[in-house]
Amino acid sequence: MELISLKDVSKVYEADGEPLRAIDGIDLSISDGEFVAILGPSGSGKSTLLQILGLLDPLTSGTYQFCGEDTRGMSDDQLALLRNSRMGFVFQSFHLLARTTVLENVMLPFAYAQVPKKEWEPRARAMIERVGLSHRLTHEPSKLSGGERQRVAIARALVLEPQVIFADEPTGNLDTKSGQSVMDVISSLHREGRTIVLITHDRTLAKHANRAVLIQDGKKQWDGPALQIPDVHISV
Amino acid sequence: MNHFIFTVVMALRAVRANRVRSGLTVLGIVIGITSIMLIVSLGDGAKRLILSEIQGLGAETIIVRPGQKPSGPSDFAQTLFSDSIKDRELDLLRKKEFVPDHVASAPVLFVTGTVSYESEVARPTIYGWSAEFMASMMKVKVAGGQLFDEEDIKQSLAVAVIGSEVSQDLFGSEDPIGRAIRINGKNFRVVAHLAPGGGGLFNTNKLVVVPYSTALNYLSSGKHYNEVMVKVSSPEVVDRAVQDITRTLRDAHNITDPDKDDFYIETQQAAIDQIRTILSVLTAFLSAVVAISLLVGGIGVMNVMLVSVTERTKEIGLRKALGARNHDIMMQFLIEAVLLTGIGGAVGIVLGVSFGYIIALVLSSELGVDWAFVLPWKAGFIGLSTSFVVGIVFGLYPARSAAKKSPIEALRYE
Repeated sequence: MELISLKDVSKVYEADGEPLRAIDGIDLSISDGEFVAILGPSGSGKSTLLQILGLLDPLTSGTYQFCGEDTRGMSDDQLALLRNSRMGFVFQSFHLLARTTVLENVMLPFAYAQVPKKEWEPRARAMIERVGLSHRLTHEPSKLSGGERQRVAIARALVLEPQVIFADEPTGNLDTKSGQSVMDVISSLHREGRTIVLITHDRTLAKHANRAVLIQDGKKQWDGPALQIPDVHISV
Repeated sequence: MNHFIFTVVMALRAVRANRVRSGLTVLGIVIGITSIMLIVSLGDGAKRLILSEIQGLGAETIIVRPGQKPSGPSDFAQTLFSDSIKDRELDLLRKKEFVPDHVASAPVLFVTGTVSYESEVARPTIYGWSAEFMASMMKVKVAGGQLFDEEDIKQSLAVAVIGSEVSQDLFGSEDPIGRAIRINGKNFRVVAHLAPGGGGLFNTNKLVVVPYSTALNYLSSGKHYNEVMVKVSSPEVVDRAVQDITRTLRDAHNITDPDKDDFYIETQQAAIDQIRTILSVLTAFLSAVVAISLLVGGIGVMNVMLVSVTERTKEIGLRKALGARNHDIMMQFLIEAVLLTGIGGAVGIVLGVSFGYIIALVLSSELGVDWAFVLPWKAGFIGLSTSFVVGIVFGLYPARSAAKKSPIEALRYE
């Protein structure tokens, strides 16, 4: 089943009075259960693409259908509902709330969902256990290592059972070992059948996925199996 | 509802995270609400005190004064010099056929001058009056001797009742009873002196009272009274008695046009109404001052909330990514602002009640004023709701600006 369908999507920003084409006519289709890496150097437009996919930023032209529904003309509240119920986000810099425990951070999405309060804590606990941090429930983020923080963020992204996880350079701020543990969690999510969209500039990381999309100068350069990424196109 | 509690817990944490900043911000609200509490509770206390004093004069008392009703302080002098109430008018008012409800009456003469004993001189307030009226209206205690009575008044005896301070000034610690004092050069015998502190709001310590008949004959240049106090049988007949008195005096003075009345009548009810008016004007004025302080406090809250919104731009972005609607973000910051002002309001109420209690304690035990502390429920309610309203009014703009942030602008913000 087709989860995401972009047709001739462009995003134009105004930069110093000059229009800047961050995304330039991209077609992209992602099916349910896929693990797609969007690969490109910095400034290629891959982060902008993620923001469009995640309904965080409106597109300038083209169409974006999510689960077969056209997202154009949706109100802010409708978009918020889609993000809340269907999408999970993992950011490079974690974005955990300070002075708030691991458990409360993971429960945060419930604050914007229609879930009975008595389910909040058990479901959040289950997700925290899923990422292997049950012993850190009442810790605040400042007491955690980088890898642990990112796993908390993953638990938060998962807690409402979204259809797709958008991960934007999830290992960018981590050392190799913590990065590996985070990628292990993400890979296992995919094995469970969840759709993953991974944004990265790192071709070895992209090989965790089973499909890779190369982006450069806002255009799609290549789209194919992750293990066959051509060398020439990447100039990091 | 659960979502709401979660939001409140989060907001409480945000307020606590910047304890010093939050504390300084709400100080303005605390001061404003404390002031509201004090104004309302002290205003109520003062009203209660003054009204009980006035009602002590007796709701069944009617005061008739010569001249036209003064419309301002400058008019008051003409009351003093107007000579429309003399013995003849007094006699008419005492006749059953003219004023059937009349029970007792006494005129009052204000005498200016000095009182002396040997080489000691005092400048007290001197009244030609009835000692019985004074005793019943002013709650005085006699420290020694005996008050003069109706018979003494009839005979125009040169006797005087003196207040404690006058006694102290003239006689020191000696017993004043039976001594001869001179009032404006005329000899009077002291028959009684009063204990200090009587009279409530009216200071009887510096009072000298002589029979009104004596004052009229020996101490006054004209032969008229400054006022006449008429007691009627009950408060219910006051209105009827006022009409009777008015008619009697108009007939006696051949007045047909009410605008040309050469006397005016005051009842305690009128005085009570007047004081109520004065106190509410005063309260309104003070409330306006407090409103300004709350305005300043509210602007402080708005300022800090704007800073907080800017500081937490990333958090706003994250929350939007997690599915927060604009409305959710707005509520979050609005609740935070209301929490700030609400805490300020609660502290202000506690402070206001404490200060009110201390003031009541000082007034009643140190100054001997009959001031009862009453827990100001009304003021507490006003204070708390005002602080909430201030939070909503001044939190609205920062909350809206938070809600309007686009999620990616907010996430990108460094």
